[in-house]
Amino acid sequence: MEDMSAIVLEQADRLFAQHIDRKVLSAADAGQWPDALWSAVEDAGLPLALVAEMKGGVGLASDVAANLIRRSAFHSVPLPLAETMIANALWSDAGGEVIAGAVTLAPVNSQDRITLASGATLQGTARHVAWAKQAPTALVLAQDSGGKGFLCRVPTDRTRSNKTRRNVAYEPREDVDFNGVQLSASDVLPAPSCLGADGLMPFGAAIRVQQMIGGMERCMEYALSYANERVQFGRPIAKFQAIQHMLAIAAGHFAAASAAGDALTESPRLGEEAFAVAIAKSRCGEAAGQVAALCHQVHGAMGFTQEHPLHYATRRLWSWRDEWGAEPWWQEKIGRMICEQGGEGFWPLLVDRPATAGAI
Amino acid sequence: MRRKVRAFLQEERDNGRYAAHRTSWSTFDPEFSKRAAKAGFIGMTWPKKYGGGEYSNLQRFVVTEEMLAAGAPGGAHWIADRQSGPQILKHGSERARELILPRIAAGECYFGIGMSEPDSGSDLAAARTRADKVEGGWVINGTKIWTSNAHRVHYLIVLARTEPPGENRHAGLSQFIVDTGSAGIEIRPIMNLSGGHEFNEVFFKDCFVPDDMIIGKPGEGWTRVTGELAFERAGPDRFMSDIRLLVELVDKIGREPNERQAVEIGRLAAHFATLRRMSSSIAGLLERGESPVTEAALVKDVGTAFEREVPEVVRKLLPIEASLDDDDEYSQAMAHVLLHAPSFTIRGGTPEILRGMIARGLGLR
Repeated sequence: MEDMSAIVLEQADRLFAQHIDRKVLSAADAGQWPDALWSAVEDAGLPLALVAEMKGGVGLASDVAANLIRRSAFHSVPLPLAETMIANALWSDAGGEVIAGAVTLAPVNSQDRITLASGATLQGTARHVAWAKQAPTALVLAQDSGGKGFLCRVPTDRTRSNKTRRNVAYEPREDVDFNGVQLSASDVLPAPSCLGADGLMPFGAAIRVQQMIGGMERCMEYALSYANERVQFGRPIAKFQAIQHMLAIAAGHFAAASAAGDALTESPRLGEEAFAVAIAKSRCGEAAGQVAALCHQVHGAMGFTQEHPLHYATRRLWSWRDEWGAEPWWQEKIGRMICEQGGEGFWPLLVDRPATAGAI
Repeated sequence: MRRKVRAFLQEERDNGRYAAHRTSWSTFDPEFSKRAAKAGFIGMTWPKKYGGGEYSNLQRFVVTEEMLAAGAPGGAHWIADRQSGPQILKHGSERARELILPRIAAGECYFGIGMSEPDSGSDLAAARTRADKVEGGWVINGTKIWTSNAHRVHYLIVLARTEPPGENRHAGLSQFIVDTGSAGIEIRPIMNLSGGHEFNEVFFKDCFVPDDMIIGKPGEGWTRVTGELAFERAGPDRFMSDIRLLVELVDKIGREPNERQAVEIGRLAAHFATLRRMSSSIAGLLERGESPVTEAALVKDVGTAFEREVPEVVRKLLPIEASLDDDDEYSQAMAHVLLHAPSFTIRGGTPEILRGMIARGLGLR
């Protein structure tokens, strides 16, 4: 089984490396959907990585899936691949069949709410939905009038875009208007039990956590090799203590982020344990900012150009740390929960909490 | 194990045996150490024949972190249990093991670290203390400094030159177990900025150490000392020194924090939970017999940065001034932590040294 996982990861890594180059990334920056890359990813079965084998998926364990997402981010894959993986997993948990093509998730923040009237009609708008125009399907969490949650498989061509925007990675994020979209019965399923009070938030945040780890790894790799190559004052800048210390600090943040991200792989479904997600999104978001800043500083002016590829990684880090709840949103939740328990409850809360304790 | 140690600590506190708001793992309390030993919490991983409990490193990790979370005053036995004992068990002579380990495990024998010297702090290899070979042993001459608890521990592990410095400055060093009751030892107290007496300067004048009190072979000192520091660096005591202050803060704020308080507490908790994970993975490496020198340096660097940040964040969340004499325990706890915090990023290797080690691990030097 371990060998199998290693093979899947190695193949995925090779696939990303093969299909992604500067041309693909700058075309994606210009708003072009990378067709060839998506087809290759789909042919390799990656969108169904988290769906059980007996349901037509690949059935990857969550630690392998997390690594797969990290590798995709390492290569700056400009696709909603992780969203599609999680969407298929949740839809499958709800009892649905696998969904073909790219799938995006909505809503992506805690303010937007989508409602479901008479079991068939959607109301509401969701802002900043990833690739909502390009992905043929959106998996939408909607509440009925009684507050009960439903997963809805929504063909995106039935929705309107109120505004097309780009995050700082130049990835498309649409404000999607779901008002009046009619769904057939087979497109609506009761939300699976792993979706708690925060809805899709922990799942989206869990994706971004793994992506940030992959992106930070890429930045570190660029910075380490640049420091060893770039000669100033007659020696590689890696030999200067100031540079060594900057990269050592970055390595500390990266190691902490990885440890926090690893914690999420202890539950069978990435993102299921909201408390661990809160910790990880908070810690990784902070680390992402620090690592991006330090790696840019090491690169000097060259890192601030289109000529060096560092920006493909750092612009994504700056986007990902804000999406699905920036650090303070999750930190406030952790803080309130701790205060609710009182001082003596602080330690047991961190230590005794079982890995699958559910909602925060 | 967790339940067992919690029950022990609860009883300690119920009986008012220590005041958690101003104690930490560096608080020296031999009576506490004896009770902890009786309950089986010292020398946990060592073989039974040396008084140990033959538990795993991860079980020891649980006990250590529970002690820290409870603010237990483990300072008397801490060094002996954390690094000196394991060092003797791994590299000491059979006589040293039999003589010393059971007493450490009984909570009756304490250790100090004899690494730094007046002219050799971060640059350990510059040590000038000498050990010269004589019949049946070695004679030590020189000075050690910043030796915590030298005036109340039974032994020091002293790093000394057994050969004059040559081209390889890491060669020719050796570690010795030195009985603080030996002739030829003079101890001068150095008060720290919190007014406490932990530091000392220790003078060795023709101090005899028998052959079987050398650790490893002569000349192995550098390797031995780096191995010892891996034990010293990655444990939960490198990010939990002031965790009680966070606990006191939560109580002081109460159940309904404002947004800023909640965010800052949440942020510190996220750092803390992550460090705990990093540190326990090092305990796993130690369990597998590895010596994760770079990883340990990294955990210590990140961990002590967190410890230093705690009082700086905490002081901004409530309008309460730190005072050692205030009736309010929270104010006392703040003062206690503030006055100890500078040491967090000095003891056991400064961030500046650790970052050099990390950089080497990253292939930068």
